[in-house]
Amino acid sequence: MSRENIQIDDNGKLCHFLTIEGLQRELLTEILDTAESFSGLTGQPVKKVPLLRGKTIVNLFFEPSTRTRTTFELAEKRLSADVLNINLAASATTKGETLLDTLRNLEAMHTDMFVIRHADSGAAHFFARHAAPGVSIINAGDGRHAHPTQAMLDMFTIRRHKGEFTGLKVAIVGDILHSRVARSQIHALNILGAEEVRVVAPDTLLPSGITELGATPYHDLSEGLEDVDVVIMLRLQRERMQGAMLPSEDEYFECFGLTEKRLSAAKQDAIVMHPGPINRGVEIDSTVADGPRSVILQQVSHGIAVRMAVMSMAMQQPDLERGAE
Amino acid sequence: MRILINNGRLIDPANNIDEITSIAIEAGRIAAVGEITDNFVAEQTIDAAGQVVCPGLIDLGARLREPGDEQKADIHSESHAAAAAGITTLCQPPDTDPVTDTAAVAELVRKRARNAGFARVLPIGALTQGLKGEQLSELADLKRSGCNAVSNARQPIANPLVLRRAFEYAATHDLVVFLHPEDHWLANNGCAHEGPTATRLGLPGIPEAAETTEVARDLALIQQTGVRAHFCRISTAAAIEMIRRAQHDGLKVTADVAAHQLMLIDEHIGEFNSLYHLLPPLRSSSDRESLRKAVADGTLSAVCSDHQPHEADAKLAPFPATEPGISALETLLPLMLELGSRTGMQLSQIVQRLTAGPAATLGIERGRLEVGMPADITIFNPETRWQLTEERLVSRGHNTPYLGREMVGQINYTLLEGRLVFERHSG
Repeated sequence: MSRENIQIDDNGKLCHFLTIEGLQRELLTEILDTAESFSGLTGQPVKKVPLLRGKTIVNLFFEPSTRTRTTFELAEKRLSADVLNINLAASATTKGETLLDTLRNLEAMHTDMFVIRHADSGAAHFFARHAAPGVSIINAGDGRHAHPTQAMLDMFTIRRHKGEFTGLKVAIVGDILHSRVARSQIHALNILGAEEVRVVAPDTLLPSGITELGATPYHDLSEGLEDVDVVIMLRLQRERMQGAMLPSEDEYFECFGLTEKRLSAAKQDAIVMHPGPINRGVEIDSTVADGPRSVILQQVSHGIAVRMAVMSMAMQQPDLERGAE
Repeated sequence: MRILINNGRLIDPANNIDEITSIAIEAGRIAAVGEITDNFVAEQTIDAAGQVVCPGLIDLGARLREPGDEQKADIHSESHAAAAAGITTLCQPPDTDPVTDTAAVAELVRKRARNAGFARVLPIGALTQGLKGEQLSELADLKRSGCNAVSNARQPIANPLVLRRAFEYAATHDLVVFLHPEDHWLANNGCAHEGPTATRLGLPGIPEAAETTEVARDLALIQQTGVRAHFCRISTAAAIEMIRRAQHDGLKVTADVAAHQLMLIDEHIGEFNSLYHLLPPLRSSSDRESLRKAVADGTLSAVCSDHQPHEADAKLAPFPATEPGISALETLLPLMLELGSRTGMQLSQIVQRLTAGPAATLGIERGRLEVGMPADITIFNPETRWQLTEERLVSRGHNTPYLGREMVGQINYTLLEGRLVFERHSG
């Protein structure tokens, strides 16, 4: 059963960014390298490049999100695009308009790119399959499936600190079952050549078949953290406490919360990451979240450069000169 | 009308017949099989040389979408598609709108089917009122109005005491209970088999246990009550083992599978192809292997279409938001013939699972070619190759993953009670 890869065009270039799965290592490296060149903008008095001047980007969010939407919006504005934010959680689709109607209507306004977040897995693929030629779709998180720009900003952060992926041991801790971020991270780490990807969680939060995805499951946090270079903590949604998945926050923290003591099992120079927002005292102790090994805030700022990289690559404008370094 | 069918390979598994011979039809019934006397003067003769002549196919599960969902399809369109697929009798589950929980709805379905005239539609009565799993429907009345079976379709009966009473009451009226084993809570609004594919795609998974725990509970109550029960659309190897053991222990239990479940697996979902969104979900390749073996050894004594036609919009959404099901009447026989060529299953066995097997479950005098019986007959060429296209589909539902694929086995004639309800004129 061959799998289509609709995010790559006939020339092997990125035309949508839907998932990390199936992408080549060279392409991921190109994203990271491009993001590196954009990251220099932050220190400039004028933080803009004209790469997407005249282009219209619609941020189409069917699920509430502050952090992701804000960093996308900043990235778009720094690329000089015209930006439209549409929150559809309480809009047209609740009045009976189908997703396709929404897409078609917005396309009729000559939109060049859609950044889409949706609660259903596969929503970004669905849009990409039905988008008009030349219109790019960027997945800003679909159900439990993928959050590829988040994973790439995590890779960017890891590369900044560790240089190479080869030989790295990475532990992802928390709600793997419901996490689109974890799935994208597992794909990215494996493609980029990490030595070992571990997932640490109780069985209630681990999906079946996780080994086939390229991760080794652990139930004991100390074992899972032993000798790792990178610890990625995931956010735990509070509703998991009510769904018989976990008995209590206290017990979760007791077994899977990251404390200084637990972190000592990892390598001395291990970094601690979290996609945010953090539940302090549930997933992670404040002393770790704010401690010297935490790179959590760096992740946020790296998000802008990575999203600029992905969007500029997906728009495929090789003739345009990058305006600033 | 007197019809003579000559030179066909007559396959009647119920009577252990597989030979080239003739069959005569008069006044809607079979007048003779084999030697046709000179007294029989046919008004129409069908030369069935090179073709298989078998009992009309009986489909234990096909949704015709009427009443209630006529934007998808209706009894006229889908019974016409059934005739084109060689199906002469089909059962519609009770989850119509309104629910088939009264004689009025059951009679409406049968009347509409009679008026259309393409196929016999047997409505399955609702086991509980409104399928709510609380209050029993008037099962005796449903039986009088032509329901041979009763079912709660895919709706749960949470309270085991209600289920026990339903079984006892159905047994009282000698009704077979059709069960769709899926524990509502374990399924947890999932939309794909819980396994590597669902994990990869981030789709909420339906574990095997959703099927097996329900089968276990049902079997315990079947044993207790002695009801005749039929498990519909079995999808897991573990459930097959439980049913096989129950049959061995003498329980009056039969089971079926949808033809496409014998061909497809969860990996076919690929990148969220909503045409593969089914309930029960497409399972693993080892489950499929067990399903195939169970069809071959008769543990699964019937194969049905599980036909679920949809309008185009129903599949135009992100995978979890799409409606499950395949438009499957017209691929039923071709898929079974493909199964035969892949597994070595004999043609007579295939015909048995599509005729006598389901007839036995329903307890109806169909699915066999005997003198005096109603002449429900299907004539097909098992070698003809053809391409499934939207233009060629008779069903209003075009939601099939087989569009554009080559199929083998083509229906050429379908007779319902001695009347030609389908005849292929060209190609």
